[in-house]
Amino acid sequence: MINAVGRELPDYLDGFGKIKPFNGAFATLPDMPRQSPKVKRMCPGNHKVLNDLEEVFTKIPIRDGMTLSFHHHFRNGDGVVNMVLATAAKLGLKNLTVALSSVFPVHAPLIDHFKSGVVAALDTNYISGPVAAAISQGLPARPTILRTHGGRARAIECGQLHIDVAFIAAPATDCYGNINGVSGPTACGSLGYAFPDAEYADYVIAVTDHLEEYPLSPISIPQTRVDFVVKTDRIGDPKGIVSGTTQITKDPVQLKIASLAAQAIKASGMITDGLSLQTGAGGASLAVASFVRKMMRETGIVGSFALGGITGYLVQMLEEGLFKKIVDVQGFDLEAVRSLAANPNHLEVGAGFYANPFNSGCTVNQLDCVILGATEIDTNFNVNVVTGSDGIIMGGSGGHSDAAAGAKLTIIVANLLRGRLPILVDQVMTVTTPGETVDVLVTEWGIAVNPLRNDLLERFKTAGLPVKDISELKRIAEDIAGIPQTNRSQGKIVAVVEYRDGTIIDIVRQVPK
Amino acid sequence: METAQIAHSGTLESNDIMITLSVRPPGSGQQIEIQSIVMQQYGDAIRQTITDTLNYQGIIDIYVKAVDRGALDCTIKARLLTAAARAGFKLKEDNDL
Amino acid sequence: MTMRRSMLFIPGNNPGMLQNGGVFGADSVILDLEDAVSPLEKDAARRLVAHALRTVNYANSEKVVRINSLDTGLTEDDIKAIVPCRPDALLIPKVQGPADIQKVAALMAAAEGPEQPPVQIIALIETPRGLAEAYNIATADPRVAALAFGAEDYTAGLGATRTKEGQEILTARCWLVNAAAAAEIDAIDTPYTDTADEEGLIADIALAKQLGFKGKLSINPRQVEHIHAGFSPSAKEIIWAEKVIQAISLAKEQGTGVIAVDGKMIDAPIVNRAERIIMLAQLLGLQKEAYHD
Repeated sequence: MINAVGRELPDYLDGFGKIKPFNGAFATLPDMPRQSPKVKRMCPGNHKVLNDLEEVFTKIPIRDGMTLSFHHHFRNGDGVVNMVLATAAKLGLKNLTVALSSVFPVHAPLIDHFKSGVVAALDTNYISGPVAAAISQGLPARPTILRTHGGRARAIECGQLHIDVAFIAAPATDCYGNINGVSGPTACGSLGYAFPDAEYADYVIAVTDHLEEYPLSPISIPQTRVDFVVKTDRIGDPKGIVSGTTQITKDPVQLKIASLAAQAIKASGMITDGLSLQTGAGGASLAVASFVRKMMRETGIVGSFALGGITGYLVQMLEEGLFKKIVDVQGFDLEAVRSLAANPNHLEVGAGFYANPFNSGCTVNQLDCVILGATEIDTNFNVNVVTGSDGIIMGGSGGHSDAAAGAKLTIIVANLLRGRLPILVDQVMTVTTPGETVDVLVTEWGIAVNPLRNDLLERFKTAGLPVKDISELKRIAEDIAGIPQTNRSQGKIVAVVEYRDGTIIDIVRQVPK
Repeated sequence: METAQIAHSGTLESNDIMITLSVRPPGSGQQIEIQSIVMQQYGDAIRQTITDTLNYQGIIDIYVKAVDRGALDCTIKARLLTAAARAGFKLKEDNDL
Repeated sequence: MTMRRSMLFIPGNNPGMLQNGGVFGADSVILDLEDAVSPLEKDAARRLVAHALRTVNYANSEKVVRINSLDTGLTEDDIKAIVPCRPDALLIPKVQGPADIQKVAALMAAAEGPEQPPVQIIALIETPRGLAEAYNIATADPRVAALAFGAEDYTAGLGATRTKEGQEILTARCWLVNAAAAAEIDAIDTPYTDTADEEGLIADIALAKQLGFKGKLSINPRQVEHIHAGFSPSAKEIIWAEKVIQAISLAKEQGTGVIAVDGKMIDAPIVNRAERIIMLAQLLGLQKEAYHD
C-alpha cells in the first residue's frame, strides 16, 4: 500500500506487526483508552534500596522477552544503559526490547547484545553513532521502531509501548525513590523524557550515584511510582552529559541563513508580545535565536515562552526578560541545569506534556514558531532527518515532527548544499516530517514557501525577502553541484519510521556494508 | 619526463580535493584512484571530470589519487591542472573548459 | 551605474568560500590572489579563481579579482590567467603612481579576448606615495573605475600606529575621497578589521559615508548588511533629492534662473548628488518606502 506521502509500505512486517499507513498529519484519531499500569503497595517498614542491579533483576524478576526502558538525558555520557544490559547478558537473558528515548555513540555495546540475542529489538526516537550503522546493516533481529519524542510518550500512554521495567538514570534520589535531575555529580537538568516511563512502566528503578537524605527536594519523579533504588559508583560521565557552553556558529553561510530566517519570522508578523519559540541547539538554529533576540530588544517586545531543548542562550534571554518562561523537556548545558534549579519561571515538563498528540493538549500546539534542520527536504517540503542521502541511519525525528505539526510557523533552515550534496531533492530518502506541516525552507540561496501558505508568500514578498519557488532552488543546487546519483536499497526492512500519531510514514531498508 | 615524478595540489578542507599525481612510464595508461565523501552520489562524475581533463591535456601515462571532500567540478579541474603543472606538464590553455 | 557599497574579500585558495561568495548579497566580491594566499599556493589559487569565475554563480555581485602587486613578479601571469575569464574588474594592490596603472592596463588589454568588454581597474591605495599620486592614478587610464583605500599598510608606511578611532588616517581618507571626486570616480573605504565589534563597524561606516566614500571594503560576510544599511540613501536623503529634482524641472518649465529648496540655493554639484541618490534609491527599490516612515 501507499501512504499519504507516497511511500510504498507492506501491510504487515515480521517482528513488527500490522502497518497502519500515515494518512495525513491530523487524520488519524485515537480509539483506545489510556494504559493502566499495575497497582502497587508499600507497607510501612519496607525498604527500596537494593545492593546492585542483579538484585533488581532477580527481585522483579526480569525475564526473557521483556521491555526495558531508559531515558537519554545523559546523552553521550550515559552509563546506565550499558550497565543494565551487561547485567542482563551476565544473567543469560535473551530477546529483550530496549526502549531508549535516544541512542548515542556511548551505547555501542548494544551492538554485541544484538549479535548475542540479548537484545532483539530497539525502540527509540533518535540514533547516532555505531548503533545507527549496525541497524542499517541488519541488526538486531527485529525491525527498529523510530518514533518522535511526542510519539514515544503517546505509545507509552496509549498502550502501544508497554514497558516492563523502566531504569531511570537518577542524578539525585533519596532512599524512598524520589528523583531530580538538578543535583549530584551527573546533574543533567530536566528529566522530562523519563516522565512517561515512570508513570506507566510496571516497575520503575532509580539508578543513582548520589543518595540524599529523605525527602529529596525538589522532586521531579515521585516516590509513589518508584519501586527500587540502586546505588552504584558512577552512573555517567558529566563531560558527555552537558557541555560547558553552547556556541553560536561563526560559519558565514549559516549566519546568512539564520539572518534570513529571523527576517522571515519578522515578516510573518510574529515579533510581537507573547512570541513563543522553539529552536534547536545546532549552529544555525541557535544563530536564529540570536537574531531574534536582537529584534526583540530593538522593538522592546517580550515573548511568552521558549520551548524544547534548552541552552544557556535561552536562559540568558529568560533572565534578560525577553521571555517570561522556559518550558524545558531537556537541558543541553550547565546553564540550563542551573536555571532549572533556581528559577521558578523555568518549568520542567514531561515528553507527553511537551508533544504527545493524543492527550488533551501538548505544548507544541502553543508554539508560534519553530526553527528546525533537515538532512534532506523534497519539493513537497517533506523532510528527512532519519537517514543520510546514502540511506544509512544517522538520526531520527526527536521532536522534529512534533514541533513542526504544532507550531503556527515551521521554518527549516539548511544549507542548500552540504559539501557537494544538494539537500533539496525530488524525493527524500526517508520521510520523517510530512511537508504539510512545514511552512518555509530557508537556505543561503533564498527562501521557499510551501504553496499551502500563500499568506506567508505575500508577506515575504512585501518585506523584500528573496523568495523563490522550491523547484527553482533545487535547480540552483543542481546547477552548482551536478545531479547526484541516488541508489535506493532493496534490502530487508530494518526500521519503521512512526509518525507521532502511531501511523507509519516510511521505512528504512538495509544498506550493505 | 623519464622518471616518476610526484606532485600534489589541494587540501583536505571541506569542499576541496587533494590530488596526488605520479608520472608513469609510457604505456602505463591512466590509473585513477578516488576516495570521496560523496562517492555514492558523485563518484562517477568525479572520475569523468578527471578523465576528461587528462585526455584534453593529452596526459596518458599517469597515476592520480584524488581524496575528495565534496569539491565542485571547477575545483576538481583546477586542482588537477595545478598538480599537472607542478609535475612539469606543459598545459594547453584551458579557457574553453 | 555600478553600486559598490560593499566589496567583500573572498580568499582565493579556499574552494568552499569561493563557491559561496555569491550568497552574501555583496555589491562586489573580490576573489583574492594576494594577501589571502600563501606564496607557495599562488599557482593553485590562480587556477581555482579562474575556474570559479567561469562557473560559480555570483548572482548579482560584481566580480572583482585582487591580483598580486607589480613588485611580486606575479602580476603578468595573474592577468593572463584571470582577464580571459571575464571578471568585471581587477583590484590592483599597492599602486604607487600612474605608471603602475598604465603597465597593468596594457597587460589587461593584451589579455582580453576580441569581443570582451574592457575589464575595469580599481586602484588600491595603500602607501603614502600612492596617496600622494591619488589623482594621477585615478586619471591614468579610462579603465580606472574607483580608488580604494587600504589603511593597514598605509599606516605602517607612515610609521604611525593604527588605532580604532583612526585619527591617523583621517587626512588620507579625505585626500583619497577628494582625488576620486576630482576624477569623477568612486572612493571605497578601508575595511573595518575588528569583525566582532558591530558598534564600531556601524560608527566607522557612518564616518566613511560622512567623508564622502561611496562604499567600503569588507573582510567578513557578516559586515555586508551593516555596510549596505550605512551606504544606502536614507529616507530623508531620498525625500530631499526628489524635492531637488522637482525644483529643477519646475524651474526649467518656468524658465526661472535661480532655484532654491528649503531655502538653500541649488547648483550643479547638488543636482548631481540628488540624481545619484535617486538612482541608488531606484536600484535598491527604496523610493516608495521613504514616504512610509
